[in-house]
Amino acid sequence: MTELKPDELLAKIDRNPPASGWMDTPIEIRKGIYCYAANPKSVEYLGLPNARKWNPLEKDWKLPENWQEIIHNGFKERLEKFRTFKIFMDICVRCGACADKCHFFIGTGDPKNMPVLRAELLRSVYRNDFTTFGKILGKVGGARKMTLDVLKEWWYYFFQCTECRRCSVFCPYGIDTAEITIMGRELLNLIGLNIDWIATPVANCYRTGNHLGIQPHAFKDMLDFFVEDIEEVTGVQLEPQYNKKGADILFVTPSGDVFADPGTYTCMGYMMLFHYLKEKYGLDVTWSTYASEGGNFGFFTSHETMKRLNSKMYAEAKRLGVKWILGGECGHMWRVVHQYMDTMNGPADFMEEPVSPITGTKFENAKSTKMVHIAEFTADLIKHNKLELDVTRNDHLKVTYHDSCNPARGMGLLDEPRYVINNVCNNFYEMPANTIREQTFCCGSGAGLNAGENIELRMAGGLPRANAVKYVHEKHGVNMLACICAIDRAAFPALMEYWVPEVDVIGLHELVANALIMPGESKRTTDLRGEPLLGMEDEADE
Amino acid sequence: MLINLLEKHKTKIIDKWIECLRNSYSGETAKFLKSQNDPFANPVGNTISTGLAGLFELILKEAEPNAIKSILDPVLRIRAIQSFTPSQATDFLFSLKKIIKEVLGNEILQNKKDIDEWFVFEIKIDQLIQTGFDIYMECITKLYELKATEMKKRTFSAFERAGLVKDNT
Repeated sequence: MTELKPDELLAKIDRNPPASGWMDTPIEIRKGIYCYAANPKSVEYLGLPNARKWNPLEKDWKLPENWQEIIHNGFKERLEKFRTFKIFMDICVRCGACADKCHFFIGTGDPKNMPVLRAELLRSVYRNDFTTFGKILGKVGGARKMTLDVLKEWWYYFFQCTECRRCSVFCPYGIDTAEITIMGRELLNLIGLNIDWIATPVANCYRTGNHLGIQPHAFKDMLDFFVEDIEEVTGVQLEPQYNKKGADILFVTPSGDVFADPGTYTCMGYMMLFHYLKEKYGLDVTWSTYASEGGNFGFFTSHETMKRLNSKMYAEAKRLGVKWILGGECGHMWRVVHQYMDTMNGPADFMEEPVSPITGTKFENAKSTKMVHIAEFTADLIKHNKLELDVTRNDHLKVTYHDSCNPARGMGLLDEPRYVINNVCNNFYEMPANTIREQTFCCGSGAGLNAGENIELRMAGGLPRANAVKYVHEKHGVNMLACICAIDRAAFPALMEYWVPEVDVIGLHELVANALIMPGESKRTTDLRGEPLLGMEDEADE
Repeated sequence: MLINLLEKHKTKIIDKWIECLRNSYSGETAKFLKSQNDPFANPVGNTISTGLAGLFELILKEAEPNAIKSILDPVLRIRAIQSFTPSQATDFLFSLKKIIKEVLGNEILQNKKDIDEWFVFEIKIDQLIQTGFDIYMECITKLYELKATEMKKRTFSAFERAGLVKDNT
């Protein structure tokens, strides 16, 4: 071996990444970034194509022989069917306004996570297959053939987008890159390329009614257990109603609230609010053990699958004969209801236009879907002085608020949650302006990416959000991150544990329930989690 | 004295060090990391630039190990989740020696005392690298811990609290 001098040795270390263009840099599928392939049983159950066992790390993805033809035809069909898709394929001028707005690009530093480049993955094939310009100019004109490498790149990067739409806020043409991901995933599903974190919850939801596949009796058992827990903290015995025909309102929430901490405390919050309203004003709300899932992972699979899952909430509303539906703190459930339901399964004209029986407020925005967001419902109650609140019972918390992407950007629900927080908490601190409201940063785990095996990706995607939380923690001593989405509540605890371990996660209605003075309640010394209230540390111990 | 030389060339050393770390990302990303100063729009770029500048100041000042750790941690916490190999993620710490040698060049050789002090200073950089290893491994361990327990902890504990899990022990 030739002996090298230290300086020569140092000079030999190449610290720079490869300088090849993006089209010529093949992907390397890395552990920690990708999610496991879909379980064939789930794919089969849903009647989706090409159910088989496959592994993204293996060379052979066990694709149908004519997969290129399937993708081409699927692409063509969607260009004809969805005008937005065709426009979004054509009008991007690659100005780069979106490039640095994606939390995955900011966090991973991988340029293929720039929304413009992620969309180029599809557009390059679109140009090649569907435009004369692309057919003639080929690579020079930004066109490329659909090869196995390109397909693998699609799969890798369309499952590194949470469809949060932050990039679309900055696009001067209004291109919704989330829709491009939605189409990309639909095309991948045509040849059986889904991930298990999506396919199995969808199959469970289709069969049993919720993502975890919890059967009706277990669903009821969990809520009954919350009744005991609430009695321990407040001394009040609740009697929730299940599957009640003829109830005024059907309540639907993501099953995460029923089965996963800390959403379970948010669920107790809903139950306490309904009990309060029943005692004081005779409000008649029922839970359903069949429509036991608000979340809709079909949204991350295909339009048809989304429609199938969404329809069961409405079928249950029809079966029970309720006047309207009240929806819990969920993310994409609201995007589906607000943007797709009406033309998919609507109009829900077998129900009434939602009116709060307590305040008389007409929820005109829900005129057609007949589904009201609980943050709006509660804000309206507070505005009309219908809730008795002891705000000091949240004094042990210093709260900041994360605008969950879908309710914030998808339906414009920005002020109602803040109004509620400000009325139930004394210590509320906003994160910096370019990280909240329309510009909110995603939790990094939405659109079906909240798995365990892709934790590095989740930590990277959530980095910009965690960075803003860290700022308010250091500046104001914030110790609680509030949100109105079950995926947020599921994803944030891990994100906080990695980036800002001093901050915990809470749903809006847990804060409401802490402050809500229940009729006939005993003196409260702890919050719903059993943590002592400020100044009650000694009494809580007894 | 070596310290005076390092103080004199501080800005240049820090700039080169930051640039070296930025260049471990692809060209487009490196450009973005440099272009934005807003700590919320560009948290990685900001952490790199403020972190490395702060670190170098601390090394010059004989700072407490905890102070160094608090500034180095955010930088490595980011590197640990960014698809780098361990050697790539921590390479910027090793680069500091090379950068200082490049910037000081012959100035360091003109005085025997400076050379002696350099050997001592190198040990300080070695200590920085060791601290870096510890932090990096803490982050990786935390990631694996999250991977192993996250789902189980959240869902299982909710079921367990509700008495829906049968304990056979």
